[in-house]
Amino acid sequence: MKEFTYKICDELGIHARPAGLLVKEASDFESEIMIYKGEKSADLKRLFALMGLSVKKDDTIRVTISGSDEDAALTAIEGFFKNNL
Amino acid sequence: MIILSGKAVCSGINFGKVSLYTRDSFTVKRRHVEDIEAETMRYNKAKTEAIDELELLYYKATKEIGEAEAQIFSIHRMMLEDIDYNESVMNIITKQRLNAETAVLMTADSFSKMFSDMDDTYMQARASDVRDVSDRIIGILSGEERHEFTADGDNIIIFADDLAPSETLQMDKEKITAFVTEKGSATSHTAILARSLSIPAIIGIKSIVKEEYDGKFAAVDGYTGRVYIEPTEEIMKELSAKKNEKDEQRELLKELKDKPTVTVDGKKIKLYANIGTTADLGNVILNDAEGIGLFRSEFLYLESEDFPTEDMQFEAYKKIAEGMGEKPVIIRTLDIGADKKIDYFKLPEEENPALGMRAIRICLTRRDIFKTQLRAILRASAFGNIMIMLPMIVSLKEIQDAKAIINEAKAELDEAKIPYAKDLQVGIMIETPAAAIISDILAEESDFFSIGTNDLTQYLLAMDRQNEDVAEMMDTHHEAILRTIKMVIENAHKKGIWAGICGELGSDSELIPKFLKMGIDELSVTCGKVLEVRKIVRESYSKN
Repeated sequence: MKEFTYKICDELGIHARPAGLLVKEASDFESEIMIYKGEKSADLKRLFALMGLSVKKDDTIRVTISGSDEDAALTAIEGFFKNNL
Repeated sequence: MIILSGKAVCSGINFGKVSLYTRDSFTVKRRHVEDIEAETMRYNKAKTEAIDELELLYYKATKEIGEAEAQIFSIHRMMLEDIDYNESVMNIITKQRLNAETAVLMTADSFSKMFSDMDDTYMQARASDVRDVSDRIIGILSGEERHEFTADGDNIIIFADDLAPSETLQMDKEKITAFVTEKGSATSHTAILARSLSIPAIIGIKSIVKEEYDGKFAAVDGYTGRVYIEPTEEIMKELSAKKNEKDEQRELLKELKDKPTVTVDGKKIKLYANIGTTADLGNVILNDAEGIGLFRSEFLYLESEDFPTEDMQFEAYKKIAEGMGEKPVIIRTLDIGADKKIDYFKLPEEENPALGMRAIRICLTRRDIFKTQLRAILRASAFGNIMIMLPMIVSLKEIQDAKAIINEAKAELDEAKIPYAKDLQVGIMIETPAAAIISDILAEESDFFSIGTNDLTQYLLAMDRQNEDVAEMMDTHHEAILRTIKMVIENAHKKGIWAGICGELGSDSELIPKFLKMGIDELSVTCGKVLEVRKIVRESYSKN
């Protein structure tokens, strides 16, 4: 299993647009990808669940990735956070 | 005449004919189904059709209003493809044996409730997206013909309960002059669209979709949030005048953007903006300010539950510095005390806070707090053109003490090999009579002066600006203030440094020509006044 943590810099947090793009990105991988905000978690391939987490600016999130393509997924998902959020 | 009152989310004044927005409403009949497989297929077929429609809308929107706005349709599509959404629909069909329409409606209810229960207004507004996309499937399932909204004539004012993005997109926007809705928020699609069309929008008026309003002439005032149905002649006159004035102003501002701030006789004035938070950056750029003349750093402390860390501050300063590029960003160091209180500073109660522990006085006694801020500012200075400004100075020693702490911070950064701008300028606020009187001496240790006219006025006239009774007597154009400002400018120039104004008087249309004659070099004003001030400067002279 791979994981990383990230602090959200985007003013609007994970709003609809990046949420949609994230789900799209995550769905390209076979691995199970989960996002954690404090006690709560969501499957990164599920849009409503992700938006329901209501991740805001300055929130620190943790993402775990496990599966056959976890290395590639880690690069892609972590890169997405750094470039867009 | 009927007057309705709501909340304006986009300014402007327009007149026109009311058109009620009505949509196809497909009544959903709750029905038990026997053939679950057939019902599942019905749902899947309708879903595929909805996805195709959304794809088409996405392309249409991209062409008409741009990719960023069009994204919403791509999100809608993903909502329909969402695993949880589909699981919920399928569960209701298979377990409760209910028809697809009912399953979609129940699913829409629970998902839109999830959004409307969230604590942020942006997410709350997404509830209407869930409804919109679910209504699309229900419409398709009904098998009935679906209509597009049309309205006759020009200058149409739309009255609606709420507008979904797909609905606003289908409207002929050239004909619409205003939006009035029952629901919505400042971040709803209607508000965003109104802004992009530059037409007034008002939300939050209860039961606006009434037959009796349909087709009537109305006036919409997007400054006050009022809607007048069949306005009187008097109201029409008043609103027309206001509209003309605002339109002229808007035109003027458009004209003055990107123009230099130079007097008729050729003196270039630095025209900067005052800001209170990083969120103001957009406004600074929009209004074409040439720099930030006063960045009130207090917000970092006011927004926080405890002392903001060096990193937190660094990020905020860096953001502004990067956003402004080569343009100067003058950060005023912490100015709390007096009317600005913060619990965790645990400052003792004072008889007379305006004359007590505030600003630089706190910083020089609580050096740890001050140094944290200075280190953050210095680190951010590597990312733009930052300057430091010290508030509430009354003596030369205070500047020297502050500079000694700045030098300590620099030495620490050097040690840790952290970059910062070595030639970072340090200026002071002139806001006490003492500083003004000895400004010739203070100029020795300052790279610039910025006159804070709000406090300077209060201290020169010995009038508390928080006291409403006294405020009425306060003559902000008092000769003592004008003479003091003149003296400060002259003393600055004698030592070869620049002097500016960052208080309210800096945007006073009557006084700006006088300040220019006194030789003022910089004016820093609230974002919304930048272009107005530019206009005045461009029509004034710097010499007699």
